[in-house]
Amino acid sequence: MKQFQGQALSWKSEAGVIELALHREPCNELGSLSLGEFETFASALCDLEREAHALIIYSEMKSGFCAGADLRELYERSQAMEKTAAQRGVREFLQRIHHVLNRIDSSPLTTIAAVHGVTFGGGFELALVCDLIIADKMARFCFPELRLGLIPGFGGIPRLKRDLGNAIVRDLLFTGRSFNATKAQQIGLVSQLVGEGEALRAARATAAQISKFDGHTVAAAKKFIKPIPQDELKREIDLFCELFTSAAVEAGLKKFVESTDAQPYLP
Amino acid sequence: METAEKTLDEILTLAASHFKVPRERLSPDDDFFKALGIDSLQTLDLLTKLENHFQVELPDYELQGVSDFRTLAGKIQARL
Repeated sequence: MKQFQGQALSWKSEAGVIELALHREPCNELGSLSLGEFETFASALCDLEREAHALIIYSEMKSGFCAGADLRELYERSQAMEKTAAQRGVREFLQRIHHVLNRIDSSPLTTIAAVHGVTFGGGFELALVCDLIIADKMARFCFPELRLGLIPGFGGIPRLKRDLGNAIVRDLLFTGRSFNATKAQQIGLVSQLVGEGEALRAARATAAQISKFDGHTVAAAKKFIKPIPQDELKREIDLFCELFTSAAVEAGLKKFVESTDAQPYLP
Repeated sequence: METAEKTLDEILTLAASHFKVPRERLSPDDDFFKALGIDSLQTLDLLTKLENHFQVELPDYELQGVSDFRTLAGKIQARL
């Protein structure tokens, strides 16, 4: 499937570059709809990889790259179930999304997240599976999960630790603060900082540069320098599920869903 | 070193320009959520604009409860 047009995302493969666009209102919240379409993408990836050297993930939404997990859906589903069933449902969802993200993380292609605006929670975790993050100067990154009584559940901690180290994970996690793209570049998270609205153009130029290299060599180098932190990813799912049934999570989700606060993202 | 008044003036000008609101309609003690008509995601845009302009880092939690331009200017001034 060289191209796909879904409700939450679409992709096309042209001239050796796969472009995966996120376009679900309001800011690409990741719920069951997005997950289903990401699974379709992951299934198609094997074929797509044969004729490509790069994958670019970007958002068509003005507000940003991705605001993270669909907390409204998570809250409503968990309310409709008893605790054990809700915990089982969350584990299944996490395992499915980990499968997709691990697949993208380990793709032999060079993968680029072209981000702008809100890149929070699961959106940040999606960007972290990519080899390179190219950010426009209005991008912001954040792990707000602790305010819900949770930890990031889509592989964020192991991947950020792999790429940058434990100190930056602690800073983001324990303060719940967001930081901008300039800071993200200073700490080595963002490889290129570009002007507003320029991230996709810069990602395409980078993909064109990558096409000059031998694909097998790029894939071998990637396998060598970017191992998937499998054990930590599994432990992350266990810890997330353990925390999920706490009263703090129910209260945190309820507060978020019912909030009329102008800054509901703030811890 | 910028003066507090200059910082405040620059914030008002920047906010008016980014959110396309006439500058003369904004006052230092206005509630910026109402004056600019912005939601939570747009507030993040404002924060990023201000950080980029003044080259400072403003942790979100320091801005919790801040809703007027004058107090915002004070927070920025403290980091210049």
